[in-house]
Amino acid sequence: MSNDARTQIRTFITTKFPDVTFSDEEDIFALGFVNSLFAMELVMFIEKAFGTRIPNEELHLGNFRSVALMADLVARQTSAAVG
Amino acid sequence: MKAETRSGPAGLAEVRRFVDLEIAPHANAFERAEWIPREVLSRVAELDLWAPFLPSEFGGAGMDMVTLGRVHEEIGRGCSSLRSLLTVHSMVSASVHRWGDQAQQEKWLRALACGEKLGAFCLTEPDRSGSDATAEGTTAVRDQDGWVLNGTKKWITGGQVADLFMVFATTGSGMCTFLVEADRPGVRVTALPHVAGTTASMLALVEFTDVRLEPSALLGPQGWAAGTVMTNALGLGRYSVACGAVGIIRAAIDACAEYTSVRSAGGVPLRDLPHVRQMMSGMVTARDAGRLLCERAGALSDAGDPATIMATWVAKYHASKAAVQAAGDAVQIHGANGFSPEHPVGRLYRDSKVTEVIEGSTQVQELTIAAEAYREVAQ
Repeated sequence: MSNDARTQIRTFITTKFPDVTFSDEEDIFALGFVNSLFAMELVMFIEKAFGTRIPNEELHLGNFRSVALMADLVARQTSAAVG
Repeated sequence: MKAETRSGPAGLAEVRRFVDLEIAPHANAFERAEWIPREVLSRVAELDLWAPFLPSEFGGAGMDMVTLGRVHEEIGRGCSSLRSLLTVHSMVSASVHRWGDQAQQEKWLRALACGEKLGAFCLTEPDRSGSDATAEGTTAVRDQDGWVLNGTKKWITGGQVADLFMVFATTGSGMCTFLVEADRPGVRVTALPHVAGTTASMLALVEFTDVRLEPSALLGPQGWAAGTVMTNALGLGRYSVACGAVGIIRAAIDACAEYTSVRSAGGVPLRDLPHVRQMMSGMVTARDAGRLLCERAGALSDAGDPATIMATWVAKYHASKAAVQAAGDAVQIHGANGFSPEHPVGRLYRDSKVTEVIEGSTQVQELTIAAEAYREVAQ
C-alpha cells in the first residue's frame, strides 16, 4: 500500500507541477509551490483516492510535508478503517 | 423559525413556485426596506432549504451539490439578498459538519438544518482587504478556561439576524476558527445600512470585545490546516454565488423578454430590434454556459474530486462577470425605466456587481485561473 500510495500521491503532485523535482522524503512546502488552494486539493485527493476521511487531529503540516509522510498518513488511516 | 414536518426539501418545481409567488414580486421591496421579513426566512425553513445537503441524521436530506446549485440558482433568480443568506448559512453548516467534533455537530447541525439557528461567516475585517484573508486583526488568546476573543469583522452577510458566527482569528499557532453565539457577552452587532448591492442581506459590523469562549468553541484543526477550513467554506460559498449569478442572468432575460414584448420604439416592438436580439442572445448563451460550468463544479464536488476547486473558480468567474454584463444590458434595454424601482433590472445590476467582489474577486480569480493555465501548458 505504502509504495502504491507514494506513487499515486507523487503522480497527483507532478501532474499539477511538472517542473518541480523532489524526492519522496523532501519537504515539498519548503519548495514554495504549495499554496492554500493546493493544500486543500491534496487533502481532497487523499480522501478520494484512498477512500478515507482524514480526522482533524491528523490534519497538521507534519503529515503533509513529504510524499513519504502523506503515504504514512494514508497507511494509518486505511489500517484504522479495517482494524 | 422551526420548520414544519416534511418528507424532505422542496423539489425544484416547488422552489420555482416559491420564488415566482413569494420572492421575486417582493424583492424590490426587500431592497428598499434593507430587510427580509422573518416570515420569508420561515418559509425557507418550511421548504427545508437552509441546509438540505446535511445528512438525514442531522436533519438534512443529503442533497447533492448539483441539485443544491439549482436551488441557489432559483433563489438567486428571485432575490440575491436571500441567496446570500443561504450562501453564508450553507458555509457555516457545511463547516460544522466537515470539521466539527461530535459534540459540536450534535449541538448545532439540527438547528442549522431546520433554520432554527442561522449562521454567518466572519472573515473580512475593517482595515484589511477581504482578499487578504489572514484575519490578523482579530485575536483569540488561550487561557485556563478557554479562549478570549477580540476584534472586529465587517460586511458580515446575515449578521443582523444570525445566531451563530463562524469567526476566523489568529492565535499563537496561526489562524483558527471559532463558533461564537451571537448572544454571548461582548458580541456587538451593528447594521450596515445603504449598501449598494444585496441591500437586504442584513449586513453587519460585528465586534468582539473580550468574548469568553469555552475550549469547545474551536472548530477544526489549528495551525496550517486551519486554512483548509477557510478554503473549504469559501469553495462552497463561491459555488453558491456562481449559481446565484446564473439566477440573476435568468431574471434579466425574463424581465427583458417581458418588457421588450410590450414596449415599442418608432412603432417597432423592442423585441424586433437587432441590437435587443443581440443582447438577449448574449444573455441566453451566458446563462447556459454558466449553468453548465456550475453543474460541472457541482458534479466534481459530489464525486469528491479535487478538480472541483478549480472548476468552481472558473464557474464563479464566468457567471459573475456574465451576470454583470447581462444585468447591465437589461438596464440598457429598459432605458430610463431600468433605473426605476418599478422594474427589477436596476436591483439585478446592483446585486450582480456584488458577485464579482465576494468569495474571491474577479481579479483574484484571474490570478488563480491564469496560474492554472500556465501549469497546464507546462505539462
